[in-house]
Amino acid sequence: MSGSGTNRKRVVVTGIGVVSPLAVGAELTWKRLINSQSGIGPITQFDASGLPARIAGEVPSGPTEEGGLTLSDWVPVKEQKKMDRFIHLGLAAGIQAVEDSGWKPESEEDRCATGVMIGSGIGGLKTIYDNSLAVAAGKARRLSPFFIPSSLINLTAGHLSIRYGFKGPNHAVVTACASGTHAIGDASRLIQHGDAKVMIAGGAESAICELGIAGFCSARALSTSFNDDPTTASRPWDERRDGFVMGEGAGVVVLEEYEHAKRRGAKIYGEIGGYGLSGDAHHITAPAENHEGAYRAMQAALKDARVTPADIGYVNAHGTSTMADDLELGAVERLFGEAAGKASMSSTKSAIGHLLGAAGAVEAIFCLQAMRDGILPPTLNLDNPSRESAMDRIPHKAKEQKVDVALSNSFGFGGTNASLILKRFKD
Amino acid sequence: MSNEIADKVKKIVVEHLGVEEDKVKPDASFIDDLGADSLDTVELVMAFEEAFSVEIPEDAAEKIATVNDAIEYITKQKAA
Repeated sequence: MSGSGTNRKRVVVTGIGVVSPLAVGAELTWKRLINSQSGIGPITQFDASGLPARIAGEVPSGPTEEGGLTLSDWVPVKEQKKMDRFIHLGLAAGIQAVEDSGWKPESEEDRCATGVMIGSGIGGLKTIYDNSLAVAAGKARRLSPFFIPSSLINLTAGHLSIRYGFKGPNHAVVTACASGTHAIGDASRLIQHGDAKVMIAGGAESAICELGIAGFCSARALSTSFNDDPTTASRPWDERRDGFVMGEGAGVVVLEEYEHAKRRGAKIYGEIGGYGLSGDAHHITAPAENHEGAYRAMQAALKDARVTPADIGYVNAHGTSTMADDLELGAVERLFGEAAGKASMSSTKSAIGHLLGAAGAVEAIFCLQAMRDGILPPTLNLDNPSRESAMDRIPHKAKEQKVDVALSNSFGFGGTNASLILKRFKD
Repeated sequence: MSNEIADKVKKIVVEHLGVEEDKVKPDASFIDDLGADSLDTVELVMAFEEAFSVEIPEDAAEKIATVNDAIEYITKQKAA
């Protein structure tokens, strides 16, 4: 039993899909992550030489069997130009997750009970940029008819539903860097509420274009001191951290009502134990004092999951490699109290950068894989923490530890916070 | 001249709709035979305009349903 209502439906994860700067593929990404590999390198998608930040976590291209992106393996060539890259990445992760789950609704009833909720923080920024240039060049009447559907955030969910015939709720979350976490949390609630039996949920992002990088540079959000040594740039909690590193990718899970999953004998990765949300009501980009909004989101997730901090073995931090890292650490320590000394917390953004609206979805999948394998992923580049803590932040190397309950945090511009509790599955 | 136009039209159709060249027969309908949807046809007409430096007004574009329709319309425009 889980949650606040005695008869609340349980929601389990029966499929996972990841597209990340480490690899295309959930298991290869995970393998490289726990081997302390970094997916950060020089920006290749455009000429970034004129910008203060010239590095990012780009999804590698290459043969699918080696973990590279071969787009035609996921999206037919004719369809590719109808979608921005964030949709390409979202589809690649979504297809992985659906195929992994083995869920193929055959009846109309089953199709209507299967929904999709894939968020994004920004959407088709490069497509919008390219078309803006065309307008500025006097070609307003020659824009592609696919410009709008290529850019809209909910079109990842749209394309996935069209591909598989999923006729249930079709939705998209837009809460900046919290989108992926909100999508999984909100989709779970749809299942609990009876709107769907199965939800394909997650986030997709690809904003490594000149407009995206320049915009985050202007907001003074990106790391600029490690352009010559990219793999050391994302260093959550380290005293030399100087901003986040932009990443791109997608994470998608198949969420399923437990009884439904059990009836069809589905493989179960874990359970969505609880979900908490809050708003800062403070500032457009800076977190509230002492990250009290994050504290309340985590507190709500714990309450929803009916767990105590002592139950939580692993925290996947928001930890973007900015000044806010220590505020999050402080909020986690206050929440955990004495239990802080027993839990471990890492930021996997140290290896893949910040996937913005996809971050929370990919990180929730890492939590599930960590509990499955009893291995907690490391925080790369954490040489000298700017603040000491009783919590083990797993510097440099992954560690073996059995964990039954994990917490994953995501916070976004606008003061939006979301936390998920993920549990090892127990019948 | 007209053969040149026909070849170019076929090439554009192959590129934009991702179909095999031998399927692009004169009487092939973009929507019924070549798998295009309404947005594909809008894009196709734009591609014709660009490639042949002609203006195809909306009411004329709506009547271009087959490969031959396109070739005839463009040939007429170029001759005018």
